Amino acid sequence: RQGRKLPNMADTVGKKEKALNDSKHQIQDEMDSKRKDDVSCHAEGKELSKEEKQRLRKEKKQQKKNKKDDKNVGETEKEKTAVVPAHIQPTQTKKELNAAPVSEAPAAGEKAAPPKSKAEMRAERRARQEADRAAKQGKKGDPSQPLSTAKQKVLPSEPQPVVKRLPEHIQVDDPAVLKKLAKKLERQQIPLRPDYGYKVSLFSHLHQYSRKAPLTQQISIPSTVIHPSIVRLGLQYSQGIIAGSNSRCIALLHGFKQVIRDYTTPPNEELSRDLVNKLKPYISFLNQCRPLSASMGNAIKYLKKEISNISSQCKEEEAKSKLQDCIDRYIEEKIRLAAKAISKSAYEKISEDDVILVYGCSSLVNYILCDAYEKGRNFRVIVVDSRPRLEGREALRRLVKKGIRCTYVLITAVSYILPEVSKVFLGAHALLANGYVMSRVGTSQIALVAKAYNVPVLVCCETYKFCERVQTDSFVSNELDDPDDLIVTRKGTTQLGKWQETSSLRLLNLVYDVTPPDFVDLVITDLGMIPCTSVPVVLRVKNVDQ
Amino acid sequence: MPGADKETELSERVEAFLSELKRGGSGCGPPRGSGETARETAALLRRITAQARWSSAGDLMEIIRKEGRRMTAAQPSETTVGNMVRRVLKIIREEYARGKRMLLTPLQMSNRLRCVTHASARSEYEQQFPPLKANVIEAINELLTELEGTTDNIAMQALEHIHSNEVIMTIGRSRTVEAFLKDAARKRKFHVIVAECAPFCQGHEMAASLSEADIETTVITDAAIFAVMSRVNKVIIGTQTVLANGGLRAVNGTHTLALAAKHHSTPLIVCAPMFKLSPQFPNEEDTFHKFVSPQEVLSFTEGEILSKVNVHCPVFDYVPPELITLFISNIGGNAPSYIYRLMSELYHPEDHEL
Repeated sequence: RQGRKLPNMADTVGKKEKALNDSKHQIQDEMDSKRKDDVSCHAEGKELSKEEKQRLRKEKKQQKKNKKDDKNVGETEKEKTAVVPAHIQPTQTKKELNAAPVSEAPAAGEKAAPPKSKAEMRAERRARQEADRAAKQGKKGDPSQPLSTAKQKVLPSEPQPVVKRLPEHIQVDDPAVLKKLAKKLERQQIPLRPDYGYKVSLFSHLHQYSRKAPLTQQISIPSTVIHPSIVRLGLQYSQGIIAGSNSRCIALLHGFKQVIRDYTTPPNEELSRDLVNKLKPYISFLNQCRPLSASMGNAIKYLKKEISNISSQCKEEEAKSKLQDCIDRYIEEKIRLAAKAISKSAYEKISEDDVILVYGCSSLVNYILCDAYEKGRNFRVIVVDSRPRLEGREALRRLVKKGIRCTYVLITAVSYILPEVSKVFLGAHALLANGYVMSRVGTSQIALVAKAYNVPVLVCCETYKFCERVQTDSFVSNELDDPDDLIVTRKGTTQLGKWQETSSLRLLNLVYDVTPPDFVDLVITDLGMIPCTSVPVVLRVKNVDQ
Repeated sequence: MPGADKETELSERVEAFLSELKRGGSGCGPPRGSGETARETAALLRRITAQARWSSAGDLMEIIRKEGRRMTAAQPSETTVGNMVRRVLKIIREEYARGKRMLLTPLQMSNRLRCVTHASARSEYEQQFPPLKANVIEAINELLTELEGTTDNIAMQALEHIHSNEVIMTIGRSRTVEAFLKDAARKRKFHVIVAECAPFCQGHEMAASLSEADIETTVITDAAIFAVMSRVNKVIIGTQTVLANGGLRAVNGTHTLALAAKHHSTPLIVCAPMFKLSPQFPNEEDTFHKFVSPQEVLSFTEGEILSKVNVHCPVFDYVPPELITLFISNIGGNAPSYIYRLMSELYHPEDHEL
């Protein structure tokens, strides 16, 4: 449509400028009405519930649609050509433009307005866009939902508006953010977990919790606010009983399945809206127990979308069973079948008599190795482990039980053992949009040393862990684990036992780090084997599919 | 007979020293610093010079060489013992040469062809020479004084290399680096990150000691070395041995640290006194690595998998000279490419093989 428009624009520039003025007036009217709505929104403040906000939004869209039908076609064309050269579009006006039909003939003769210079036109356009954007921002109370819905409506060929809220867990050094969080938790009746111990100054923007003070000590059990399976889940997360990206996600989805099973819609409420509201305090609780992983975040987004897509005609029982089926399908497709697909691709990469190095305990890498061993490949594995979590021991147990020949070293011995290694298989916690691999701390080190010895590094990751964040170092967004884990008693003396009393001594227990893409040779996903830099391509493809 | 008593006493002392060396390397008992070992070796060699029966420089050298071989065999990884033996041999040669007024220039001495053409060079040292004993003992005393002052000499150079508000990273525990940092901390304020160096976790001791001196210290796990490296300004490490090519034999984990520093273009400074310089090259695979009980890595409580798994616990790492920026020793700062020259000044080429 745009292709057809441009030659016409050249012809009828003068007449379009005339019509522009009138269209400007119309838009001003719309914006006034929008502002009035905004004012009413702000006056009511937080009492506006989700439903009311959605209703308001629907009304506004209706209003605009009605106005569109009256409006002249030429104006819409002009708006389109005027607005399209700018990059950032408010999605609502976009919708109107898409909805309106396009035809050329009536445009030419109808409006009459004084001609304007191109510069003044541009200034007007910009002022209009600023006002639109400000109005839209003012309306944003809960950015996550509108953002996801907005994404679906915008054409994939246009870049999106970047109105993201920074997650709270990386803004701990900002007292305003902490106050807001405390208020939100109070509203949801979830206790706030206190930070523990001195933090290293480089990481003062992150939380640091103690494993000895779980959140469940501050709530009464049985809790009236939080479903018991969620309480159990939170405790399992914070004590490290359930660890690992896939296990946490699966446990979360099972917990939510239980919640849905026990859920009954209160009267005068719609399941699609109320259930999402019910889930919010649970998510805050789990976040307080342990910050959510990227896989959990994606799963929650998916679940919320499925819930909000339930039509109001659906009966409660049907809706609930549908949701449970959705969850089962998600787990089956994104995790189990994906693992099978990845294992099949990875099998081609494991040669006979290979020496494979793995780090820590990645459920996916363990699955791949066990599968390859079952299919008859002969290889041996070197498991590298690190303090304080010592997760490699779990991987070692699983592999030895299968019958694979294993060697076990600590991460300091990696440069001793690497000359024997032919391949390195690493798991990932998330793959970021700029190609960096976020994984357990120490992964980047292994990739670095492997690169120095020219050993290929293969990362295995399911696509549901792909994340749109970008990150270049391990500081800005990370997780700090309990610093007391570093303390060890050797030969009867605990050197760091009194670290809290010494103000100049700090302990740092990082959980994640990011590996630059030049250390990684290949990423094996369920969509195939891709280089690290193709992650944003996969994300884009997934977005368009959805 | 007094002579026999002296001899038995001497051999007793030597035996005691040998058994201490053997024990010290197995990991039990308090770990001895290399400085201590060097001083004890030098003192023992002085005693041998004083009390053993010898008539010419060649005899003395033979005795010392024999004892030196026994000592290095007791604990091959403790290279300072061998280094001290070689130093003493060089001292003997020098004193003999000075006595004979046959001062060979260092260039002539390192001329291999000359050594070969001077067929049995060892037979040159046959001449009897009374003041030799006194001279040698005096020279060994000088060596001992030098050894005692090495840590202070290195620490004195600290302020030339550390400015304020720096972030310095180190790994494990090195007395030299500890003294170095504490000396700089008297005048400057900086931050130290210590990698704990599992499984022995000697970094904990280092951190505790540094924080007592009011230095801002952070302890990190070895897995976080690369993650944290981007904020580090300098890496200062100690080492067990400096090899003849300028490489290092250092505690395990140092190679990873060096690679990470190279990736971020962070200078890597090695604080090593001269007695750690050894004429070994890193290619001797079987003598380079030392392993200790894998119980440190996977304890016996993991019984059911222990029998089916190979567990390695290497103690040392090789760091190639390309990754090192600077050596700071008691005689000043040097580039790794200069090490071969220093070595030729310290040791005679014939003594490289004891």
